[in-house]
Amino acid sequence: MTAPHVTLGDVLLPESGAKQTDKFRTENSSLWSQSVEEVLLCRVMASASIPAYNSSNNPLENSSSHNASRESLKMEPLADVTLLPGEERIIDKDIIYICPFSGALKGKVFITNYRLYFKSADADPAVTLDVPLGAIGRVEKMGGASSRGENSYGLDITCKDMRNLRFALKQEGHSRRDIFDILFRYAFPLSHGLLLFAYLSQEKFEENGWSIYKPVEEFRRQGLPNDKWRITFINANYELCDTYPTILVVPFKATEEDLRKVSTFRSRGRIPVLSWIHRENQAVICRCSQPLVGMSGKRNKDDERYLDLIREANGTAKLTIYDARPSVNAVANKATGGGYEGEDAYQNAELVFLDIHNIHVMRESLKKLKDIVYPNVEESHWLSSLESTHWLEHIKLVISGAIQVADKISGGNSVMVHCSDGWDRTAQLTSLAMLMLDSHYRTLRGFQVLLEKEWISFGHKFANRIGHGDKNHADQDRSPIFVQFIDCVWQMTKQFPTAFEFNERLLVTILDHLFSCRFGTFLYNCESARDTNELRSKTVSLWSLVNSDASSYQNPFYTPESNRVLYPVASMRHLELWVTYYIRWNPRIRQQQQSPVEQRYIELLALRDEYLKKLEELQLSDSSPNSSHLSNSSTPNAASPTQHITHLHTPF
Amino acid sequence: MLSSLGSAGGKSTKPSFVSYVTPEEIKSEKEHSRKEKHPDLLPGEVVFCSASTVLKYTQDDLSQRGVFGALLCTNFRVSFVSDEAPAEEMGQLFKNKLYGENDIPLSCVDNIYGGYEDKKKLLTGGLMKNKYPSKIIIHCKDLRVFQFSLTFSKEEDAKKIFQGIIHHCLEPKSLRCLFAFSYCENTSYPEMQRKKQTVMFDSVEDWTQDMKRTKGNCRLVSENRSFELSPKLPQFFIVPANVSDEDLTKYQGKGLPMWCWSHHSGCALFKTASLPLLPEDNVPQTHMEKMLTAVAHNHLYSVKTEDLSETLPTVQDIQLSYNKFKQFFLIDNTTEFWMSDMKWFSSLDNCGWLDIIRQCLQKAVEVVECLEKENTNVLIMEEGGSDLCCVVSSLVQLMLDPYYRTLLGFQSLVQKEWVVGGHAFLDRSNHLHLKDKVESQSPVFLLFLECVWQLQQQHGPAFQFSETYLTVLSDSVHVPVFTTFLFNNDSHRDSILKAESPHTQRGPLNCPTVWDWSVQFDCKAQDLFTNPLYAEKPKQDKSVRKSHRPKHLRQLSLPSSAFKTPPKKGFFKDEADSLKKILRVKRISRWMLSPSDSPQTSSSAREFYEAWQAKPLDYHGLLLPCLDGPSIRVWMQRYLRWIHDVQILGGGPVAVLSKVSEILGEVQELQRELDRHGCTLASNHKGARPRAKTAAEIASRSSVRLSSSFPFVTSRNWSFKPAIPTSLLQSLMVTGIAGNLADRADDGDDLQSMV
Repeated sequence: MTAPHVTLGDVLLPESGAKQTDKFRTENSSLWSQSVEEVLLCRVMASASIPAYNSSNNPLENSSSHNASRESLKMEPLADVTLLPGEERIIDKDIIYICPFSGALKGKVFITNYRLYFKSADADPAVTLDVPLGAIGRVEKMGGASSRGENSYGLDITCKDMRNLRFALKQEGHSRRDIFDILFRYAFPLSHGLLLFAYLSQEKFEENGWSIYKPVEEFRRQGLPNDKWRITFINANYELCDTYPTILVVPFKATEEDLRKVSTFRSRGRIPVLSWIHRENQAVICRCSQPLVGMSGKRNKDDERYLDLIREANGTAKLTIYDARPSVNAVANKATGGGYEGEDAYQNAELVFLDIHNIHVMRESLKKLKDIVYPNVEESHWLSSLESTHWLEHIKLVISGAIQVADKISGGNSVMVHCSDGWDRTAQLTSLAMLMLDSHYRTLRGFQVLLEKEWISFGHKFANRIGHGDKNHADQDRSPIFVQFIDCVWQMTKQFPTAFEFNERLLVTILDHLFSCRFGTFLYNCESARDTNELRSKTVSLWSLVNSDASSYQNPFYTPESNRVLYPVASMRHLELWVTYYIRWNPRIRQQQQSPVEQRYIELLALRDEYLKKLEELQLSDSSPNSSHLSNSSTPNAASPTQHITHLHTPF
Repeated sequence: MLSSLGSAGGKSTKPSFVSYVTPEEIKSEKEHSRKEKHPDLLPGEVVFCSASTVLKYTQDDLSQRGVFGALLCTNFRVSFVSDEAPAEEMGQLFKNKLYGENDIPLSCVDNIYGGYEDKKKLLTGGLMKNKYPSKIIIHCKDLRVFQFSLTFSKEEDAKKIFQGIIHHCLEPKSLRCLFAFSYCENTSYPEMQRKKQTVMFDSVEDWTQDMKRTKGNCRLVSENRSFELSPKLPQFFIVPANVSDEDLTKYQGKGLPMWCWSHHSGCALFKTASLPLLPEDNVPQTHMEKMLTAVAHNHLYSVKTEDLSETLPTVQDIQLSYNKFKQFFLIDNTTEFWMSDMKWFSSLDNCGWLDIIRQCLQKAVEVVECLEKENTNVLIMEEGGSDLCCVVSSLVQLMLDPYYRTLLGFQSLVQKEWVVGGHAFLDRSNHLHLKDKVESQSPVFLLFLECVWQLQQQHGPAFQFSETYLTVLSDSVHVPVFTTFLFNNDSHRDSILKAESPHTQRGPLNCPTVWDWSVQFDCKAQDLFTNPLYAEKPKQDKSVRKSHRPKHLRQLSLPSSAFKTPPKKGFFKDEADSLKKILRVKRISRWMLSPSDSPQTSSSAREFYEAWQAKPLDYHGLLLPCLDGPSIRVWMQRYLRWIHDVQILGGGPVAVLSKVSEILGEVQELQRELDRHGCTLASNHKGARPRAKTAAEIASRSSVRLSSSFPFVTSRNWSFKPAIPTSLLQSLMVTGIAGNLADRADDGDDLQSMV
C-alpha cells in the first residue's frame, strides 16, 4: 500500500470520519504522533476500510505533544489537530477557502508558528488543509478594499509543493492585515530575524537520526582506506574548501600539499575526491567542480598529475570525465573563468558531456509542469503538454547520465564527475550511479546515508535551492534539483519494484520535509554553516522520525540482492509522471494511490501467518488430544484483523 | 553487400544470443552444408517453398549480424529454421504450441518491405515479381519485426521464396484457403464440455440463462434458427417483450433493439443497427418509434438513445489512428528507436489512439450512468450495429457486472457481444487481402481489448484474468486456426462450416474455438492467464445477513441514495420528439424525463465519477475508469515486449506479481494442509481449489531473470549491458524553450572574481 505517504491538502472527510477520529485517538494514540497530515490520511483510509497496518507507533512523542497543545492554548482548541511539541498558536480567523476542486468554503483558519490549518465549517464532507509554513513560497494580497465581485479580497499563497491556496476575507475593516502580516512573518522567519521552526521544535524520538551517517564508518564499509586511497583531515576546519565535509578520501599518493595546489585550480576549491569505490575492480567515482581553465586555456600541472593518480589507482587506461553539462555550456563557462579538461592537458582522460541543463532550466521546467497539473490536469493534448514541459526529458538525461557512470564503473574504469560547481548535477549523477551499483544504498538506512553523504555533506545548497524561511521567492538560486533527483529515484523504484527496501511514502515524506523546516536535515548549504549554527545539537533529524517508525516506510516486496547492478531503462516509454506526488492535491487522482498489489500481498502474508499459526496449534493439539477443544475455540480470535477482506480466487 | 536501412550512427556491437560470424565468413563455409529443414508441421500443413542460407538479422542493432537458416513458406506460416541448435531450456515456459518465435502465421503478417540497395519499399501483391530484394522486412500484427537477407541464397531459391511469401501473405485469396480448414479436416477436437466452460450463446438455453441471471424480462426470439429472419442476426437473440412477430421481419433486423444486459433495477441496455431515416420516408421512422416505445416499456417508460456513429470515431478513423500508433513499435533498429524516443509523448498524442480509447470508455461511462443512476433503458445504435455498439455494450457490462470480469465470464461476453453478436471479424481483419475490403479493415476488437486493459490497469484486483491473457487474446485474432475470429456473423459461420465439411452427413466441420486454450498453451502457461490479485467475492452467510441484503444479489457500490442531485442527462440525445408526443398521447408522460427536469450538463459524467470515487471501492461492484490524461496509458506489455532496448531486466510489474503468486501458492498449500487436518476454516476460504504453481514461480526458482516483457521474451538471450540512449539531438532539446536560461551559470556570481 502506498497511500499513507501522502500529506493532505484538501482531504475530503466524510462526516462519519469525525467520530472515527476520536476512536483513533483513544485506541491508537500513536497515530497522533507524526504529522497531522498523516493522521488525517489514516482517517480517510479508515473510512475506506483499509487496514491501517502501518500506522506509526511512537507513544513517547505522542504524550508530549498532547501536553503542549493543552498548555499553550487558551483559544478554543483546534478542531482536529494536535500541535507538535514547541508549536504555538498565533492566530485564528474566520475565512473562506477558495478550493479549486469544491469551490468557496467557509471555515476557520488557524496559524501556528509551524503550520497553516484550515477546516471548513459547513461543507460535507469537511475539507481541511494542513500546510507547514515552510512549504509556503509566496504570500500575496489579492484584490483591494474596493474590489468588486464575490471573494475577490483576500490572500493568494503559492506553495513550494505544487499547489496554490486562495483565501477570501470580508472586505470591511482591513480584515486581512493581521493574518497577512503574521503569515509573512512566520512563513519567512529568516527574513524577519526569527528562528526556523526546527530550532523551536521540542520533538523527541526514540532514535537519533543524526547518528545515521558517520563518514569514516561509511568509507570503511566500502573497504577504505586501502593502499591506494587514504582518508585526509586536511579540511577539518573547512580551510581547503568551505563547502566540503571535513573528512575526504583522496589518492594515497597525493600529499596534503598536492591537494592545496589542486584546490586553486578547481572552482570553489572543490577538488576531486572519492565518492565510491567498487569492491572488486577498485574502480572509483570521484566528484569535483570544473577546472578553472578560463578564456586563456590555463593549465595546471598539479591538477593533471592528481587526475592521473586517480586513474592509476586501479590501472584504468583512461580516466573518464563526465561533465554533466551540455558542451556549449561548458565552453561558455570559460568566459567566467571555468571550463573543462582539455584533451591536450589531460591525455589520459576522455571527456564526455552529458547534456544535462542548469538549475534555471530545471526551475522553469517544473514551473511549466505545475501549470499543467494544478489545479486541474490539462485535458486536451495532455501528452503534448507534458512533453512541452520537458520535465521527463530532463529526468531521462539525468538517469541516462548515471547509467553511463555506473556502466563504466562496472567495466572497471574509474570515472570523475563534475558540472560547474559540483553540487547540483554532480550530486544527482554520483548518487544515482551509486544507487545503481551498491545495493546497500537501496535499503532504508542506506538511502539515508546516501543523502547525508552525497547531498548534505558535499554541500548541495539546500538553503539557496529551497529558500528555507526566506521571503525572496524570485531568487534565481532556487531550483528543484533535489526534487528532480528524488523523482529519478522514484522512477527507479517504479522500474524495479522489489529492489528497494523503502517505499514511495519515504520519498514523499522526504520531499515534504525538504520544505517544512520541521527537521534540521535539509537546512543550510554546507557542513561549515551547519556547524556554525549548531544544527545537530539544536534540531531534530528527519531520520529520527523515519527510523522511529521504520515499518511505515518499508516496501513489502523488497527482495535483497546484493551485488546486483540495476540499470533502469532511460526511455520515455518507461518514464512516467510521478502522479502521486505532483498531482496528489487533486481529489480525482487520489483514488489511484492505494496500491492494490501491496494490499493484496499484505493480506496474503497475514493469511499465511494465520494459517501457520493454526497449523501449529493443530499439530500441538494432535499430539495432546486432551486439549483439542481449546485450539479450535481460540483460533478465530487469533485471526488477523485483515482476515475478512481476503478471499482466495479459484482459477478455472 | 548488405544494405543498411537506417541512417548512419550505428551503435557499437553488442553481444547477443547467437555466436556471430560475419556474412563473408559464412558464405563459402555454408555453401556445401545445405540441407532441407522443416519446422514441425501441423496437421494439414504443407510447405509451398523454401530457401536455405537465409540470414535472419538480430533486431536490436545495425551491425548487420544474424543467424543463418532456412526460410519456408507453408499454408500456415512463414517460418525460419535456424542452422544453429535451438536454444532449449527457458523460453519453453510460455511456448505457443502452434507457432514458435521464428514463425509468422500468414494472417499475422501486417506489412512486408523490400530492401533494395539503400531503399526500403513497401511491397504489395502482384508487383516486381522478378526483381527480388536483397532483404525482406516483415512487420507482424503482433508487433514482431523480422529482417531476412536473401543475398546468400541461390538466386532461384531466393526468387521462389520471395514470390511465395508475397503471394501467400499479400495477395487476395478465398476463405477456403485459410489454414483453419485444412487444419480442422486433419484434426479432431472434442466438443468443448458445456459445464464450467465459456457460454457460447449458440443455444436457447445460453440466452435464457443469461437473461435469468440478470433478471431481465424480455422476449427470446428463436425464429432465426435457420436465419430466416435475417442472415445478419444471430440464431437466437432477445428483444423487448413488446416487440411483435411482425416487427421482427422488418428491415432485415435493422432497427430491432437487441437486448444486451439488464440492470438490477429492471432497466436494460439494447443495441441496434440504425435504420437510415430519410425525412421524406415515414415508414422507417414509424417503425423506429414503435421500437423505441417497446424499449421504453421495458422499464418505467424511459429510454435514452445514443447514436454512436455520430459521437464516436468511425471504423476508418480507428484504422488510421492505429496505423500511426503501431509504427512507434515496429522498430527496425536501435537508432530509429532512440530517435523516436525524443518525441514520444507528442507522437503518441498526435496519432490519437489513446484518445479514441478514452472516448470509448467515456461513452461507456455515460451509458453506465444512465443505467445505474437514472435507471433508464438505453438503446445504443450505429450503422451496422456491430462495431462500436459491441465496444460500448461490452464495456458497460464489464463495468457493471463482476461476472464478466472473471475469465469465463469475459469469454462469454466476447461470445455474446462480438462473435454471436455479429462483429464482422473477417472483414475487419481482412485476412483474405481482398481489395474491396481494404476500406473495412479496422482493429475494433483490439480497441475493445485496449479499453479492457485500461480498466484492468486501474482496478487490477477486479479482474480474474491477467494482462498476459489480454495480450495473448489480441494475438490469437491473427492465428487462422480458430473459428472464433474467422467469420462475419453467425450465418456466415454456419454456412461456411457446413459447406466445408468433408463429411456432410457427420455435420459441420468441427474447428476449435480460441477459448480452448490448450490448443495453444499447456497448463503451466495457461496459469499465467489468471491474475494473482483477484480475490473471489466473499460468499455471504445467508442466515445472518438475510435482512440486510439488497433485493438483488449483485452488490453495487453505489446505493441510489448516493445521488442527491436530480438526475441529469449526459451527452445523450433526447428521444425522438415524435416519441414524446406518442407517449404524451398515451398519458404516460409523467414517466418521461422532460428536458426541464434534466438540464444538459457536460459535467454530469464527471460528477458521476466523483461520486463513485468518493465511495469505498468494491472490486465486485461497479467499476469506473479514471479518464484523466495521466490515467490512460500505453499497453506496455503488448507493444514493447519485443523491443530489446526497453526491457527492464529483473524489473517491471512482473517482479511484484510473481511475489504475490508465490505467497498465494504458499497460502493455498497451507490451506490444503489445514483441510487435511479437518480444520474448519472460514467458509469463504473453503471453496478455493488447489492451484498449480504458476510459471512465474517456476521461473523465479529456475534462476531465470524475469524482465518487463515476461512471459513473451525471457532474458536468457540478453547481455546485461544497459541501453544508453544515443545522444543524437539531445543537445538540441531545450533550444527555444529556455532561451538564455540554458546559457546561464548555475549560481549568480561568476568565477572571474575568484580566479
